[in-house]
Amino acid sequence: MTTTYQPDIEDLTLDANAVGGLLIEIFGTDMTAVLSQCAHCGNRGEVATLRAYVHAPGTVLRCGVCAQVVMRIMRTADGHYLVDARGAAYFRV
Amino acid sequence: MATIEWRLATVAQIREETPRVRTFVLDLPDWAGHLPGQHVDVRLTAEDGYQAQRSYSIASEPHSDAPRSAQIELGVERVEDGEVSPFMHDVLMAGDRLEVRGPIGGYFVWDGMAPDPVLLVAGGSGIVPLMAMVRHRSATGTRAPVTLVYSSRTRDDVIYHDELAGLAAHADGPRVIHTLTRSQPPGWTGFDRRIDRQMLEGALDGTAVSTQAFVCGPTPLVESVAEALVGLGFAPGRVRTERFGPSGG
Amino acid sequence: MTERFVTRGFVGRRQAPDAGQRIPPGQYLTNDFPVLSAGPTPHTPLAEWTFSIAGLVAQPISWTWDEFLALPAREFVVDISCVTKWTKLNTRWQGVSVDTLLEHVSLDRQAAFAVAWSDGGYTTNLPIADLLNGQAFVAYLYDGEPLAPAHGGPARLVVPHLYFWKSAKWVRGLRLLEHDEPGFWESFGYHNRGDPWKEERYSGD
Repeated sequence: MTTTYQPDIEDLTLDANAVGGLLIEIFGTDMTAVLSQCAHCGNRGEVATLRAYVHAPGTVLRCGVCAQVVMRIMRTADGHYLVDARGAAYFRV
Repeated sequence: MATIEWRLATVAQIREETPRVRTFVLDLPDWAGHLPGQHVDVRLTAEDGYQAQRSYSIASEPHSDAPRSAQIELGVERVEDGEVSPFMHDVLMAGDRLEVRGPIGGYFVWDGMAPDPVLLVAGGSGIVPLMAMVRHRSATGTRAPVTLVYSSRTRDDVIYHDELAGLAAHADGPRVIHTLTRSQPPGWTGFDRRIDRQMLEGALDGTAVSTQAFVCGPTPLVESVAEALVGLGFAPGRVRTERFGPSGG
Repeated sequence: MTERFVTRGFVGRRQAPDAGQRIPPGQYLTNDFPVLSAGPTPHTPLAEWTFSIAGLVAQPISWTWDEFLALPAREFVVDISCVTKWTKLNTRWQGVSVDTLLEHVSLDRQAAFAVAWSDGGYTTNLPIADLLNGQAFVAYLYDGEPLAPAHGGPARLVVPHLYFWKSAKWVRGLRLLEHDEPGFWESFGYHNRGDPWKEERYSGD
């Protein structure tokens, strides 16, 4: 039996560049360069700097500083997206 | 209200770059152009409707000639237990069609307009979007000094090796610093360790304050390089990162 | 509706479910153990780790790591199904049955639901009935080895008869309640109970 490389979660962690296409689908515009402020710790940065957890029942974007959830996205059975962006104090568009 | 549509690309050519990496040249009618650093999403659909999707960086530079070039190149590393890359390497052929959407990305991009020095740091296939930047610079004759620090496992794993050597040979070409972390060819005088603060400091040669950095590759490499650059005086906003996930061991 | 484009030669890595009753509908069999997570791996030092049961109990209780390991434990071999469609058969764990844990508390009469909560903020909710009678345990060994952090170590909840998002990684306790309190995924489009045999993936299923 071959030993499959088992990554740690830290290795699997991406950033929001990886969900750039999904964000365009949802927001209608490229969001990676958009500034957002974390509602938990106040850190401001481009959406691209949010850490993306894509190996999950949904996509979870977390603040790169405090690791709290900034946004969650999941796809329903009928093809809608649920978007919870309560973790963002704002997006500057 | 999607403003990003899936479109059908035709595979024009497939080139082996290294044992693990291939370039896929895609014909894309109505391609509106892209910026160096951007990527596309590729989607595969099975007969029963099952779909898998991945992002791949565009390796080719944007073409400024009109009509706009309808061809892009993707760099794809074959991931051992992957679902999409093994298909692309093992099954896809020239003439096949592929669903693609893009270009995507507004953050990890460099248009070459600013004269500020640029530091590019690549781990493995992280070189792909940075290569688009290097090619763009060469094509447009931009004066911004560029230094590339590029980590690969072995000499055979260095993607675009000869092309980079050719560009680096020019007086105002990019400065290319390789490190081979797993094994080195006989007579190798370059680095043989993971990219670290000391290596980056040497690469920067005192220009940290004005430099814009782009770091791309496996997540652990991106994290450690970004931290090292901030430690060397980069403002966090001057270090742009794109994480590719695990390196596959 | 436009016809969907089919990619020549693409099958995907799923295997057809094998004949027999062990693969729930819509699932495929995997021999891997995929790592899924909604956040970074917590790293609570074992010296600070506790497992607690609180809420509608006469007296809350809390075990340190050493105390927890001293509880009666046993091996469990179970099939697990993730809502992302993979099923893994015959996974082998060692841990403490939730029945055993609940023996140490006296439940209030109104206690009907539980929230399992974890380091890192993850929560999931279940009726207490789904935690009883050998249906759930808190595991700290997987395949004979200490549970890896990526898979929820040092200890995770395992509730094999429900989708695996209910098997909270890095679990630190149970809160017992009178009312149901949807957790991280249940409050965000996923089914409140999550029975894979009824394909209860999404709310409204």
